[in-house]
Amino acid sequence: MTPLAVSLDVFGSLDFWIGVGLLAATYGIFTLGLQLNVGFTGVINFGQAGFMAIGAYTMAILVVEAEISFWLALGASILVAMAAGLIIGLPSLRLRADYFAIVTIAFAEIIRYTAVNARELTGGSQGIGGFDGAFLDLSDLMLEGLDSFGLGDQFLLPLLIVAVAVFGLLTVGMYFLQRSPWGRVLRAIREDEDAARALGKNAFAYKLQSISIAAALGAVAGWFLALNLAFISPTQFDPLFTFLGFAVLILGGLANYFGVILGAIILWTLLEGLRLMDLPLDASQTAALRYVLVGLVLIGLMAFRPQGMLGKRQEMVLGD
Amino acid sequence: MEVEAAEAGAVEKERGRLAGLSSGASLSPPVVAGLIVASIAVALIVTQGLQPFGQTTVNGLISASYFALGAVGLTLVYGTLKLVNFAHGDLLTLGAYVAFVANVSLGLPILLAVLCSVAVVAAFGVATERVMWRPMRAKGAGLLQLLIMTLGLAFVIRYSIQLFAGTQPRSLEVDVTSSTSFVGLTIGQTQLIVVLAGFAVLLAVGAALRFTSLGKQMRALSDNFELAEVAGINTDRVVLATWIFAAGLAGLAGVLYTSAIGNMTPNLGFFLLLSLFAAVILGGIGNAYGALAGGVLLGLTQEWSTLLVDARWKLAVGFLVLILVLVVRPQGLFGRQERAL
Repeated sequence: MTPLAVSLDVFGSLDFWIGVGLLAATYGIFTLGLQLNVGFTGVINFGQAGFMAIGAYTMAILVVEAEISFWLALGASILVAMAAGLIIGLPSLRLRADYFAIVTIAFAEIIRYTAVNARELTGGSQGIGGFDGAFLDLSDLMLEGLDSFGLGDQFLLPLLIVAVAVFGLLTVGMYFLQRSPWGRVLRAIREDEDAARALGKNAFAYKLQSISIAAALGAVAGWFLALNLAFISPTQFDPLFTFLGFAVLILGGLANYFGVILGAIILWTLLEGLRLMDLPLDASQTAALRYVLVGLVLIGLMAFRPQGMLGKRQEMVLGD
Repeated sequence: MEVEAAEAGAVEKERGRLAGLSSGASLSPPVVAGLIVASIAVALIVTQGLQPFGQTTVNGLISASYFALGAVGLTLVYGTLKLVNFAHGDLLTLGAYVAFVANVSLGLPILLAVLCSVAVVAAFGVATERVMWRPMRAKGAGLLQLLIMTLGLAFVIRYSIQLFAGTQPRSLEVDVTSSTSFVGLTIGQTQLIVVLAGFAVLLAVGAALRFTSLGKQMRALSDNFELAEVAGINTDRVVLATWIFAAGLAGLAGVLYTSAIGNMTPNLGFFLLLSLFAAVILGGIGNAYGALAGGVLLGLTQEWSTLLVDARWKLAVGFLVLILVLVVRPQGLFGRQERAL
């Protein structure tokens, strides 16, 4: 066989697709929040990785340090992330869109520095593990069931099933939320905030709700990131990951929730495929190549097809 | 404990600022800011002692030199083209690595390497203007489109450098070990050169913006593009000059940073970017003098904060200042009200 055929073999393996599926579902949920903010509200949220970190760390700290039940910790982490969304949104949502973008990325960096530096709580750069016992019990149950299909040895398959189910439900949920009167007001604010205000809508409150819902979605993505690796550390929440979310968002198309699914699958198939191919590069070079590609995709889309695959051009109204 | 101290310090400072702003409504904001900085300095000398204060001030001036030089380009590009350039930090990285190639791989003397990196980064800035930004402006691209494009460019620069140079830290051939002591304050030999060179360039930049025709035209464009065009300024030429100026200074700032810190990695620019934004916003976005002053203020704030909280929090302190300034006075110290919204 030629080297290329060998390297293309990875696309035939189940492991590969489970890995891609998990990342696509995690970043898909993450990007649903960005879609709500950027695509439907016209608020440029560059701090989504910060909300993801808050979700994952709150869950892990509550389980490991406070010994609270895993399932309760999940709920608590959503509340904490939403509160963080309110705290960051309250003072800064009145700012112009580009200033808001800078504030949110600064917020995400502060969260990451806190994760690195507040060692007693977060384990510093060593990270936290051992929070997933309750999930592993569920996972074992599911694996017993999967065994009858001959899939009992795919340890990540239960997590994939849960992640995909949650991603699907949330996507459909967000879709219907957007079709509600509430969703239409958001869109009106995106199109013309003054007009929405003139109709008696409190644009600020709607934007605040949009941010805190996005924060909740970021927190949910944080759980799956944490469960996937069974471990969290600050490097997993680099602001870089917010921009991977933007790549998913733009690829799929602005103002279309189903575009997020498409974007997430395409981006992660590409990125993971590149990682596993036999390129004559070392690990850091392969990682670098992946991100060069992400950058080129972002530039190319913005230059030639800013509406992405499923978006509509007339929805790219931001900043006009 | 440390967190509490950090918060207490920040709150204290903010109270000071607020009090200063409300009581000094008739004073100009830069004067008020100067008074606040001076009173913080006095408070720190009294509570922490003169020597630690002096040492952190010296350290602050070192970072001030590259913050200010990086920030002035970022702010001019924003002012002139309304482009919030998230790739600006990576121009600093590019500058550092060009200097590395010239200085270490090709064995050129460091001074020549600095010139190389200023020239290459300036040329790169002009190239991005011609290939990306001008065509996008002609298409009438929106804010979000441009913002994401600068992000894409940031990825391409940062990771292309990583692809070729790897992630291991690299150093220029500068003396990073010997240091000078003066009245009980210590500064590295190279750091001393960085501060002197940095501030010399800063003064030169300030003078060039103030007194040369091109400098005045740049500020005019940054202030009001249409009005400048109507007044007969050749905007195309000034835009190119702005890119040469902004990117060249970014390249220089990258080399200064690397020399002062002792090494470079491909993510140094992205790491510095938020500090540059903080400096820009502190001084009022689009205002060149503001960025110079904002860079100096930010450098001092970060280093002075190490007297009150652990040094590992100093970057977070910088970002906190950024958020506080945006919330309290979004137009910055030197900006005008109309820029706020």
